[in-house]
Amino acid sequence: MASHSTLGERALPPLERAELLRYSRHLLLEQVGVEGQRRLKAARVLLVGAGGLGSPTALYLAAAGVGTLGIVDFDVVDASNLQRQILHGTSDVGRAKTASARDSLLEINPNVQVETFDTQLGPENALAILRDFDLVIDGSDSFATRFLTSDASVLLGKPNVYGSIFRFEGQASVFNVGDGPCYRCLFREPPPAGLVPNCAEAGVLGVLPGLLGTIQATEALKLILGIGEPLIGRLLLVDALDMSFRTVTVRRDPSCPACGDVAHGGGTIRSLSDRAQDYHAAACEVPASVADGGIREITPAELAARISRGDDFDLIDVREPHEWEIAHLSGARLVPLGTIPQALSDLDRSRDVVLYCKGGVRSLRAAEALQLAGFTRLSSVAGGILRWSEDVDPSVPRY
Amino acid sequence: MAITVTLPAVLAKLANDQRTHTADGATLGDVVETLAQRYPSLAPRLRDEAGKPYPFVVYYLNDEDVRLGDGFAATVADGDEVTLVPAIAGG
Repeated sequence: MASHSTLGERALPPLERAELLRYSRHLLLEQVGVEGQRRLKAARVLLVGAGGLGSPTALYLAAAGVGTLGIVDFDVVDASNLQRQILHGTSDVGRAKTASARDSLLEINPNVQVETFDTQLGPENALAILRDFDLVIDGSDSFATRFLTSDASVLLGKPNVYGSIFRFEGQASVFNVGDGPCYRCLFREPPPAGLVPNCAEAGVLGVLPGLLGTIQATEALKLILGIGEPLIGRLLLVDALDMSFRTVTVRRDPSCPACGDVAHGGGTIRSLSDRAQDYHAAACEVPASVADGGIREITPAELAARISRGDDFDLIDVREPHEWEIAHLSGARLVPLGTIPQALSDLDRSRDVVLYCKGGVRSLRAAEALQLAGFTRLSSVAGGILRWSEDVDPSVPRY
Repeated sequence: MAITVTLPAVLAKLANDQRTHTADGATLGDVVETLAQRYPSLAPRLRDEAGKPYPFVVYYLNDEDVRLGDGFAATVADGDEVTLVPAIAGG
């Protein structure tokens, strides 16, 4: 028993007769026992995100008898979530994720109190939402929310059980416990939009959040029970393709702006307004230089009108080949975003160039790259092929 | 001196789809430059325009974060292993 329960000393609720049976396999573990189970019942855990990571984490914590689960999520269930977000079922499509999550968790364990926050976690509400919980589980899906969750956790002194996934790889750690590091000790700042993986690279193996989310749930239970060696000061790197698990050391950085020491130039984040810019950036947001103007956005309906008029222009699809195979627009040419620098000599600066992608962000990035290369007659299709499917041709499949 | 560099899948895409690379150099910075020259499209993901490491990509030299040591000036020796860990945000 290397650690102390993150709950500290507090009055623990008794277990009802039915709970003794429900949790009997826990009670048989000397590291849990009746006292540990009462500790779980007393615990209040907040899940930031009820998506891929939040799903298995919440299900297992509910099953384990964690007394109160808070869930923050502003999103609604989309059919494309169901491949990995096992809190939600087919009949939940279109429902608020918090409502769907509540139903699933109460079905697993009606003893659990589920507190839902059907809102986007932002600097204006983060402290108020996090304040009443014992620990926070970061299952969010953007750098903005991750940095916000981390900074708010540091300001409130709440342990932050971190997990993150990308394609076939994942990371997990436990931040803000004792003398351990925080998320900003590991990653000081969010990456700028141009240096994060683009939307095309953002696929994820459905089972991967299951792997990482159950690790987060495990770490949360260990922290509440005060058992074992949590991932404090260690970053677990998981690769599902190699099925390799390794840990690297994460040290607390005395100059960390969030948890560092003033004497070392750290600890400069005293409130959530000190780094407000970090809570806005996201991987799939429109680059500011494009939003400022210079590159025209046209709607799918305008594009359809131009095609039917027989306008002369080059239609470029900047998605990846596997997306092109799912569906593409007639008359388009495939030039994946990442290959634009090599394709410059094949593109004609003297002609109108219309770019499209899946949702309208990559095409803006491509337009930006072409603008830098001297192209001026550029348009990007707002909403991409998804909106084309909605507004112009429903026979084009959504993915 | 052969140093092994392990890239995450997202960066391996820019490096011939190879996760593991070997490169020579006296310092970590040399090793990074060798890789940057070998794979030009990978280069801007490895270091900034001034040749410095980004605050959102951690270089581990044999499992220790180089920022707490000498950074890119860290000396490397035959058999050392370098692992890049970029910030990822998926959930």
